[in-house]
Amino acid sequence: MTHFIDRRLNPKGKSLGNRQRFIRRAKTQIKEAVQKSLKDRTVTDFESGQKISIPKKGTEEPRFVHGSQGGERDRVYPGNKEFVPGDEIKKPPQGAAGQGKEASENGEGEDSFQFTLTQEEILDLFFEDLELPNLVKTSLKEIKRMKYKRAGLSTVGTPNNINLVRTMRNSFGRRIALNRPDSRAYNAVKDELFELEKKADPTPEDIARKKELIAQLEAFDVKRKRVPYIDPIDVRYNTYEPTPVETSQAVMFCLMDVSGSMGEREKDLAKRFYILLHLFLKRRYEKVDVVFIRHTHEAQEVDEQTFFYSRQSGGTIVSTALEEMLDIAKERYSADTWNIYVAQASDGYTQSGDAQHCVELLNSTIMPMSQYYAYIEILDEREMAVFADEESGAELWRAYRKVHHDWPNFAMTRISKPQDIYPVFRQLFVKKSENEVAALARGIT
Amino acid sequence: MTLLFEGADWDFGQLDRVYQAVEDIAFNDLGLDIYPNQIEIISSEQMLDAYSAHGMPLMYKHWSFGKLFAREETLYRTGMQGLAYEIVINSSPCISYLMEDNSMTMQTLVIAHAAFGHNHFFKNNYLFRQWTDAEGILDYLDFAKKYILKCEEEYGLDEVEAILDPAHAIMNEGVFRYHRPPPLTEHQEEEKLRRRIAHERETFNDLWRTLPQPVTGDTQDLEADDDDVLNAMKLPEENLLYFLEKYSPILKPWQAEILRIVRNVAQYFYPQRQTKVMNEGCATFVHHYIMHELHRRGQISDGALLEFIHSHTSVVFQPDFDDQRFNGINPYALGFAMMEDIKRICEEPTDEDKDWFPDLAGSGDWRGALKHAWQHFRDESFIEQYLSPKVMRDFKLFALHDDSESPSYEVSAIHNKLGYRAVRQTLAQSYDIGTLDPNIQVVGASLSSDRKLTLQHTPHRGVPLDEKQTSKVLGHVQRLWGHEVEMTVAGEEDQDAA
Repeated sequence: MTHFIDRRLNPKGKSLGNRQRFIRRAKTQIKEAVQKSLKDRTVTDFESGQKISIPKKGTEEPRFVHGSQGGERDRVYPGNKEFVPGDEIKKPPQGAAGQGKEASENGEGEDSFQFTLTQEEILDLFFEDLELPNLVKTSLKEIKRMKYKRAGLSTVGTPNNINLVRTMRNSFGRRIALNRPDSRAYNAVKDELFELEKKADPTPEDIARKKELIAQLEAFDVKRKRVPYIDPIDVRYNTYEPTPVETSQAVMFCLMDVSGSMGEREKDLAKRFYILLHLFLKRRYEKVDVVFIRHTHEAQEVDEQTFFYSRQSGGTIVSTALEEMLDIAKERYSADTWNIYVAQASDGYTQSGDAQHCVELLNSTIMPMSQYYAYIEILDEREMAVFADEESGAELWRAYRKVHHDWPNFAMTRISKPQDIYPVFRQLFVKKSENEVAALARGIT
Repeated sequence: MTLLFEGADWDFGQLDRVYQAVEDIAFNDLGLDIYPNQIEIISSEQMLDAYSAHGMPLMYKHWSFGKLFAREETLYRTGMQGLAYEIVINSSPCISYLMEDNSMTMQTLVIAHAAFGHNHFFKNNYLFRQWTDAEGILDYLDFAKKYILKCEEEYGLDEVEAILDPAHAIMNEGVFRYHRPPPLTEHQEEEKLRRRIAHERETFNDLWRTLPQPVTGDTQDLEADDDDVLNAMKLPEENLLYFLEKYSPILKPWQAEILRIVRNVAQYFYPQRQTKVMNEGCATFVHHYIMHELHRRGQISDGALLEFIHSHTSVVFQPDFDDQRFNGINPYALGFAMMEDIKRICEEPTDEDKDWFPDLAGSGDWRGALKHAWQHFRDESFIEQYLSPKVMRDFKLFALHDDSESPSYEVSAIHNKLGYRAVRQTLAQSYDIGTLDPNIQVVGASLSSDRKLTLQHTPHRGVPLDEKQTSKVLGHVQRLWGHEVEMTVAGEEDQDAA
């Protein structure tokens, strides 16, 4: 069966490099298209990849071709039914000549190019140049993980780590030093002996020579046995030593208001925001712990599934969530060893007086220990119009304004439409240079 | 004889038996002459990969291939388009890819079609023999891929793209049409280039720059030099890529080498574009004959034959011009019909055939006649020579004259006694690469003054170039030439730049 080669197990994705080059090329268009399609769906909808179409501009490949109009042409077609020579067929009016090209979005009749992006590729585009700000409590660079690094050679080890080159080099050197007869010399003697043996009537010299050769061959054998081809002392192994890798530990607290005042729409917006945040963290920071806390008039820590999918309702006391968060931090995430991030989503309504309590908590304990605190207020569109001014807002918003003013790492912003989520998210986590951070954190809202 | 296989599943043992049986018919009955075969089984995903690189197992990387892949993949995944059953590569050994999803019948068909039909055509057709180098292509592509990768590492993706994009834009104008290109010599080339660059690096001395330049003589001397250069350029030049590679004032050696790679790839594919009807016709005829012969010998079952016929008829289906599915003349259909017809003319000629093909009619040796045609013709000349009235009637061919001045098309000839020759000639011409591709040449390069490069388009029967695309391509050419580029139209006042 020499004719057949089974290639099915060969690595796939041979054109991955081409695909990356293509995406790189059409990046701006793809980004726009992805953002447009994000308007009315959540990121999790992209699980199986997403079909997008981009304008051909930027990825077109022009060629010298004949124009569609002008000149004389003759063509042959199959399937004549009733034509006879000399028949005239009226040309369709100009412009309608094509075969019903679909009108594209920009209306210029330019073709668009449609293809499918994988979820990976979409998320890459989503989270490009985003990062957690202030991930730099340098003192906190805790030795946490061990990574195996090559650390030279050793004389002990497991067979799978044998360093063949070194082993053979040692063996070669030893064989030369100890004068081990190599196979060439050995074979030469053997061949000569064989030639002599073939002679029908050997001369006395031949016989003497034969004896000499036999003696030599025996000496060779002894020597070869004594000096082996590979000796255990030749063997070298690659060694790997565990080396500590510094990783910064970070935890993200996600606080969400699920009280009765939050309507279905608001809860949905908050959830969408957190889904995006969660995906971002999972993707970019393997080592980030995420703690989900939801609250009504009382707060509780929940798992991912409950946080995103379960329904609950009740009154609103925002400070309960903050207290719960503090408790968990005290218990598990001490500020000496952890970078702490907090994201809070709420509709801005809380029990009267509670806002002040929240501010106290923030000022006294939470802000000093946090790297970054993002407050997202979820409004309906009517409210958004009313509260167009930065200054005005619900109780919590007004109270938080002060905190925002005092603490550069406290960011606050508002969302009223699904379209806002992604821009706001980008705004909150866009990559900044060190000294810009403080300035921008103020400028956010 | 016993059946070679039963049922749809295949395994390597069966494939081997089928190969032997097909080979027996191909050699001992049809008398085909082929490159050694290398048949590879691939998955559908790998098939998509192969699609996007012109079907080549090796190709350099470029975003346009990624774009192609993205489109093919979307079409395939959404079920709008199936995948080809096979891809075959004009190389020695001749590589054919079989899809793992094919049924055993389909694998048999594909082996006959690609590994014998196409393979015979590649090895024997004069265009392929003359213009491509089946022995060297894979080595050359390997060199090209590595070379471009190295350039990307050294100069950056953007720099390489800035050369590849324009080069692809004038790829069709990057072939020698009138003389044979030199054979591909990948290793020597690579070695030479590498050594030259290394030498330049080692011997670089900034002091040379400070030496006083030799004083140039008066302008007359300069112009004389210029003439020499122009003479050396041998204008007009039809191969734009070749011209730019050799004479562009701004390209560095590595950039010129990339143009050379694109040019060599273009040259390699040049014969394929001229022999679509013949190549597919040859392969389709061969698989059709072999499958029926296998059945006649009792080596494949009736069921397998029916499955084959079902697939075969959809391959050679020709929708009428007013059918929604119409998308030009199907090269499989036309090629297969013409070759079957040659067989018929040789075996059972009618009086009409005796008038039209006195040499062929009744000769009985259809194998010889077909092999002769496969070897010595390309689409245009093949149709001109062999398209018979019967095929024209079967296809109900008619010719349409389109004069842009006139408000209507005119039916100039149909499949009747008066029209056969006109229809045949018109159809043949529509396969002539000379009329398909715009005729564009480099006619002038004023090296002493503004270095303007002048291209000339010679319209065929007044058909102009597409304006939008042309201006974009000219932009690309300008990037390679570094100075102004203009396009003139022959017939207008000739602006001789020299």
